[in-house]
Amino acid sequence: MSTPHVLLGLLAGGTKHGYELKRAHDERLPQARPLAYGQVYATLGRLVRDGLVMPAGQERLAGPDRTAYALTEEGRTALDRWLSAVEPPMPHVNSTLFAKVTVALLVADVDRARAYLIAQRRAHTDRLRELTALKTATSSTMDDVVAADYAIAHLDADLRWLHTTLDRVADWHREVHP
Amino acid sequence: MTQLQARGLVKSYGPTPALHGITLDVAEGEIVAVTGPSGCGKSTLLHCLAGILRPDAGEVVWRDQRIDTWPEAARSRLRRTEFGVLFQFGQLVAELTAAENVALPLLLAGTGRRAARTAALTWLDRFGVAELADVRPGEMSGGQQQRCATARALVTEPRVLFADEPTGALDTLTGEQVLTQLVRLAREQRTTVVLITHEPRIAAYADREIVLRDGVIDHTGLGLDASLAGGAR
Repeated sequence: MSTPHVLLGLLAGGTKHGYELKRAHDERLPQARPLAYGQVYATLGRLVRDGLVMPAGQERLAGPDRTAYALTEEGRTALDRWLSAVEPPMPHVNSTLFAKVTVALLVADVDRARAYLIAQRRAHTDRLRELTALKTATSSTMDDVVAADYAIAHLDADLRWLHTTLDRVADWHREVHP
Repeated sequence: MTQLQARGLVKSYGPTPALHGITLDVAEGEIVAVTGPSGCGKSTLLHCLAGILRPDAGEVVWRDQRIDTWPEAARSRLRRTEFGVLFQFGQLVAELTAAENVALPLLLAGTGRRAARTAALTWLDRFGVAELADVRPGEMSGGQQQRCATARALVTEPRVLFADEPTGALDTLTGEQVLTQLVRLAREQRTTVVLITHEPRIAAYADREIVLRDGVIDHTGLGLDASLAGGAR
């Protein structure tokens, strides 16, 4: 995920200081890894350096002064460009799941690869259930639902791959070790 | 409490075996997904459990009574009163309106016409299609038909709902809306659900997943609560 662009997007609606940006990030992307404060300020520093964001005054509530940040015209252009750019659809197949099964077949036997596939299938299924429970809870917000939808679709695809690969693994092993 | 049991179910279609000795217990109020690849026997299992098919060997036990030996009329009565059945394509009666379709199982069970219509309207409303009460299936979308069919399957407030790929013909969002409501109402009423699906994301709505392969149970997935508690089933 491009944290700088997400921060630009969060600033598009008006100025915010670092703490507000962190909170908005975690709220809008509820299933993402929470943003560390250090990462927020380091990213803001780079965005200011590149002229995409500028300080917009100090604010003092209860506690230390907080710098508010605003999007510059250049920042808005960079955000528009990012939003218009199509992401390359899986240009490389570099999934850890895939690599692990390949290596298991290289260094061990078909049972080792199968055992991994079965264990991974179980972990994926458990996570799928957790996310399904999350999104069908009456308290779920649309942010929760859409984030869960995204993860569920990917887990579902992985599970189909795990099922199919379990069926193929013996033939695959024969090809790797003729 | 165990409500429904299969004990060593065997079923073949001529020379083609479908079930090779399936044994499973379903608890009252449990939602069980039966999954597996095409031809693994999942629909045959559902038909045997629901008393639609008779197994060649083994037993189906419903609340401590063996039902697979019952005559067809008794099994048919059981399906009208205690069981609800829902298929991929709703199989609504084309000549009847939505309300008449949903009221039908109640009328067959002897409920009066007025009370049956009132209940039908309540169930159509629960699935968000009350405005279609006087519309015939031919004038509805697939999603609307399946909502009516689900209402019809639940209108008798069955103890067990057998659902065979109930969202298989619907787009993702419509299927999810129908399934979410079905699961929510089943949980509220403690209706046991046996849900056939080949999709992992549909099976994830269930408490437990039973995966069939070539007519036998390949493995059983734990429900969320059990897996979080580290329990085994």
